Amino acid sequence: MTLTDTLQVSFKTVLSYRIRSLLIILSMALGVAAVVMLTALGDGARNYVINQFSSIGTNLLVVLPGRAETAGAFPGAILGQTPRDLTLKDAQLLGRLPQIRRYAPLNVGAAELSAATRLREVTVLGSNANLIPIRHMKLAQGSFLAHGAEHSAQIVLGAKIANEFFPRSQAIGQRVRLGDRRFLVSGVLAPQGESMGFNTDEIVIIPIDYAQAMFNTTSLFRILVEAKSHDEIESAKQAILTIMKQSHDGEEDITVITQDAILATFDRILHTMTLAGAGIVSISLIVASILVMNVMLVAVTQRTAEIGLLKAIGATSADIRRLFLAEVVWLSLAGAIFGLLLGQFGSLMLRLAYPQFPAWAPVWASIAGIFVTVITGILACLWPASQAARLDAVKALSKK
Amino acid sequence: MIRLTAITRTFHMGDQTVYALNNINLHIASGEYVSIMGPSGSGKSTLLNIIGLLDKSDSGSYELDNRLISDLSETEQAQIRREKIGFVFQSFHLVSRLTAAENIELPLILGGIPATQRQIRVNEALQAFELKQRANHRPSELSGGQRQRVAIARATIMQPSVILADEPTGNLDHQIGAEVMLLLEKLHRSGTTLIVVTHDRELGARAHRQIAMRDGKILTDQSHDAD
Repeated sequence: MTLTDTLQVSFKTVLSYRIRSLLIILSMALGVAAVVMLTALGDGARNYVINQFSSIGTNLLVVLPGRAETAGAFPGAILGQTPRDLTLKDAQLLGRLPQIRRYAPLNVGAAELSAATRLREVTVLGSNANLIPIRHMKLAQGSFLAHGAEHSAQIVLGAKIANEFFPRSQAIGQRVRLGDRRFLVSGVLAPQGESMGFNTDEIVIIPIDYAQAMFNTTSLFRILVEAKSHDEIESAKQAILTIMKQSHDGEEDITVITQDAILATFDRILHTMTLAGAGIVSISLIVASILVMNVMLVAVTQRTAEIGLLKAIGATSADIRRLFLAEVVWLSLAGAIFGLLLGQFGSLMLRLAYPQFPAWAPVWASIAGIFVTVITGILACLWPASQAARLDAVKALSKK
Repeated sequence: MIRLTAITRTFHMGDQTVYALNNINLHIASGEYVSIMGPSGSGKSTLLNIIGLLDKSDSGSYELDNRLISDLSETEQAQIRREKIGFVFQSFHLVSRLTAAENIELPLILGGIPATQRQIRVNEALQAFELKQRANHRPSELSGGQRQRVAIARATIMQPSVILADEPTGNLDHQIGAEVMLLLEKLHRSGTTLIVVTHDRELGARAHRQIAMRDGKILTDQSHDAD
């Protein structure tokens, strides 16, 4: 019996047991669809996080006070042991490093913003003009600490704040009161929405010295640093550590986090989670293959007389084994392809429902889905097929 | 061409050993028309199955066309079944999900014969057995006589040298049964060896050589000249 004929005959068999075939195909398809969708979710989550992290800046390093490396998470911050503060002087020192393009010192606090009859609490960022480009924020209008106005009391409003306070009029040029000081609105941020759990639409930005005066502090919350290029991130980190150690009397009491390192960690974690999820969901494929085994065993019993007949008219045991295996190849191939389509459709629905979430199934998952399905299908059918091949022709023929 | 020497076939039922065939010696020449008769349990079907290579004897030797069957591999035996032997069964044994034409085509497919050639041979067979109109009908849509005609067409499509018929008319009424026998006898006249197992005396009497069996043994073996 030729391979083409084997495939053709078994294809006809698959077609003639319509309901049985559809059910097996469906069970396998659901397994494959689950794998595809789960990996789409996992990969989507990974890409989402990467996008979010990339959106906060490029070649970014964050310098924070305290040492985090030896004792886990920020022991100083938790235990109240005050490390040496980061100061504006430190920030200026960093600015002189050759690996560094620009830096932005950062203080964060909350204050009451009022204008005319309106009043609300806002998150206040104190920084310099570099904050906007380093953090990839965009000004819809105006400027922040433009040349020649570095020391004036100016403020940039988040898009939502500007809209709330000045719904009908131009925000720029207006005077607002923040805490107990008056500021001139010099710019409005373009709406950006939330990124990394931080809504830039509801913040205001003021110059760092005003912020320090307002919050009555000389220390900095963070220093954001942008390296000149991707290759210089690591050397910039070392240089920062060295210069800070010198400046802090030989004590290494700061932590430098690179965006790259965080990204790589998240990438690893989420990739592992995707793999683990795919592995768990593959159990449904094993379940489907047990179903295949069961159905094929039933098929052998059902078709006993037919197998006997095939032997009587000259089929070899190998012919019969191949016929059953080919049947399962068709079924699992159909199941895998249908499942793939189903999974892709599900991913598409996810993307439509959550446009910012890039739920694309990775190619490896689709290919692996097809292979795993066909291979488990064949494995599951090996036993039923050999049962069929071993049937005693005389006994098989006597069965009605 | 068929030579059975001291063939014994036993079955075990519980702790009892039943001799389905007990020391059978039989020679059937090419082109003979033989009927094997006997009550049920006499071993006539077992004998037919052994001749058709579906069953194996426990002892004794079987030569078909001067080849010792016990020397052949499973694949070679399958090939002999495919090329030299045609089976016709009491219950037809058609594959219910295939059409008449597809049922007839099965041995050709197993024999690896190319599709274009298969088409021609199946068409010829449909013509010869007056099944042209029914080619695309499934067995459930055919009458008993038509089903057996499909089965005979399938048994003969590879042009075997032996046709083994096990109660070929057992599921048919008298008249249709007679028609089927005429068909088989026509094949015999064209040179095929025909071996018919039956417990119908009238049917058995039509054969030129009549073998009567009981309890696994050959009781009588009579020949009379062709009509």
